Amino acid sequence: MSKNKLNYLDDLEAEAIHILREVAGQFEKPALLFSGGKDSITLVRLAEKAFRPGKFPFPLVHIDTGHNFPETIAYRDEMIKRIGEKLIVGYVQDSIDQGKVVEQKGKNASRNALQTVTLLDTIAQHQFDACIGGARRDEEKARAKERIFSVRDEFGQWDPKRQRPELWNLYNGKIHKGENVRVFPISNWTELDVWNYIRRENIPLPTIYFAHERDVITRNGQLMAAAEALNMDEEDIITRRNVRFRTVGDMTCTAAVESDAFEIDDIINEISASKISERGARMDDKVSEAAMEDRKKGGYF
Amino acid sequence: MDILKFLTAGSVDDGKSTLIGRLLYDSDSILVDQLEALQKSNRKNDDGTIDLAILTDGLKAEREQGITIDVAYKYFQTEKRKFIIADTPGHIQYTRNMVTGASNADLAIILIDARKGVIEQTIRHSYLVSLLALQHVVVAVNKMDMVDYDEEVFNKIVKDYQRMAGKLNLNEVTYIPVSALKGDNIVYKSDRIHWYKGKSLLDHLETVPVDIDDSTDHARMPVQWIIRPQTDELHDYRGYAGRVLSGSFKVNDKITVLPSGFNSTISKIEFFDREPAEASAGMSVTLHLEDEIDISRGDILVNAQSHPKISQLIEADLCWMDTKPMDTSLMYLVQHNSKTTRCKIQDILYKVNINTLEQVNAESFNLNDIGRVILKTADPLAFDAYQENKPNGGAIIIDSRTNLTVGALMFRAIAD
Repeated sequence: MSKNKLNYLDDLEAEAIHILREVAGQFEKPALLFSGGKDSITLVRLAEKAFRPGKFPFPLVHIDTGHNFPETIAYRDEMIKRIGEKLIVGYVQDSIDQGKVVEQKGKNASRNALQTVTLLDTIAQHQFDACIGGARRDEEKARAKERIFSVRDEFGQWDPKRQRPELWNLYNGKIHKGENVRVFPISNWTELDVWNYIRRENIPLPTIYFAHERDVITRNGQLMAAAEALNMDEEDIITRRNVRFRTVGDMTCTAAVESDAFEIDDIINEISASKISERGARMDDKVSEAAMEDRKKGGYF
Repeated sequence: MDILKFLTAGSVDDGKSTLIGRLLYDSDSILVDQLEALQKSNRKNDDGTIDLAILTDGLKAEREQGITIDVAYKYFQTEKRKFIIADTPGHIQYTRNMVTGASNADLAIILIDARKGVIEQTIRHSYLVSLLALQHVVVAVNKMDMVDYDEEVFNKIVKDYQRMAGKLNLNEVTYIPVSALKGDNIVYKSDRIHWYKGKSLLDHLETVPVDIDDSTDHARMPVQWIIRPQTDELHDYRGYAGRVLSGSFKVNDKITVLPSGFNSTISKIEFFDREPAEASAGMSVTLHLEDEIDISRGDILVNAQSHPKISQLIEADLCWMDTKPMDTSLMYLVQHNSKTTRCKIQDILYKVNINTLEQVNAESFNLNDIGRVILKTADPLAFDAYQENKPNGGAIIIDSRTNLTVGALMFRAIAD
């Protein structure tokens, strides 16, 4: 006797819940890295499905660059209140004040690279042995080879040549002291899967994901939110347009797209017909073709 | 809509990356900025068209060497199905990568170069596919454009393959003549291969049935985590969280907890805000039992009428995955679903020459070696034979000195 497999969203959901429970079962001090973006918001819903009516066996950790969209921070605080879980915030400003990192200068200055240091400090300070993240393999081709349990050394480095074979649904979380594991429960989801899931589950999102009127400037051919953090000068001409953001990173490196997608259905239609993939709207990948691989080796999310 | 996971086996020379690139390209699964990056790249085919193989390259080191050295996962979707491709390298030194990719696949595409026919590599790939018990096999005879789309060439390869496959335990084989470079029979049926009456590759992938075993016989759920809120209103709440491996559980079903052997009855099945009457293979749920029994992570709940095998001495097929050779005097760890215990390789029965399928004697296993062993475990494992019930038949060996995953086990039977 046999029947067809689960519907694809149920299948992906069940796999992610299984991975989250493995984290709970295998590690002493896990944490969930929460960026305020739709992928980590999806992780929070999956954690609710994995552990309710119990508490999450891990806190949420947010690395605040100080240049986040205010809408993201408002969403984060409202969500924490709603789910009643613990939030730990690591501030890039603290790393700057402590002299651990130096703020970039000039027009393209961004705190995006600096947050790696703050993240590693936060991991060390709390001795997290597993950090759950919302990265997906379809985002970028270096990520296509990342394991679901990905071991990092104490410098946060990922070594693509020393990855452990990952068979069936068996995840080897054994590590040495000082190492930690990055865990990616939604590795097998695509951007469209995440949106379809958010629609199906009726999950609220930060407002910047939806089309809204905003002051923007053009930098390197991309629309950026007109904000103090971008070190604007007279050459930057501010215009007001209907835009939305496809990812919710730092304001200095997250480009907007012109859009009339006011509802989630509009967004799904827009993505289905999209001509620019999601990371195409992030300036930090444009630096070089191997940018993502270099950054991963250096301990970025 | 469901998901089909498939593996592509072949080497660069067989046009494997081109085949995957073609599938993505012709099914409109490449986005514009990726396409731009492609066009900017210096790699072009001889006739100036885009080299589609670039789409599946991942790491810098691979770009430099021009070979796929790891498993890369690719995703695409049509109106009928969502697909996950495990793109694995074909050379013998990457056998472990292919085993890894095959472990999660429902179907394998075995690529044969029409000019070369069935070669050593074909035998090796087909053996691995049968060892890992994949449901379906597609033999894609590629580079048909290089042999003038000759039907005779194709027919001879089919006949050769059938003769070889007879020695292997392959479930279902479909043969398709293709040219990945020219796009023949990948997404669209080709006029140039008018003599072929079957489906195009994509059409086949979209329609091949993917079955799961949901008979209550094989109801198995390893306990991953125990949910105990210990709040005032949920004082006595105790839920066993896990993913159903195979079969299905229903409320009021009699179950046994292994390895302890205690029996109980399912009182409730929970999934977040719902209480489904049944939990079937693939679902992550929380089970409640009528009796208070001592259950912890690593235990497995099974149908009381149909127990798996339980033993500390297990005969298994093994693929060695580490550069450090197997040490039969060493204590390793074995991870079988949520259970981890110490183990030793008690005995090596034989090693397989995976190019010729001959069995040979061996003292140890080196990287990529495959053969049959007797495993001795510190705690008993509750397992099914891999070929009968895959989800409860696979396990990994971990070297506790390095914490690396060093072996893949496919359980067969209790060893006498």
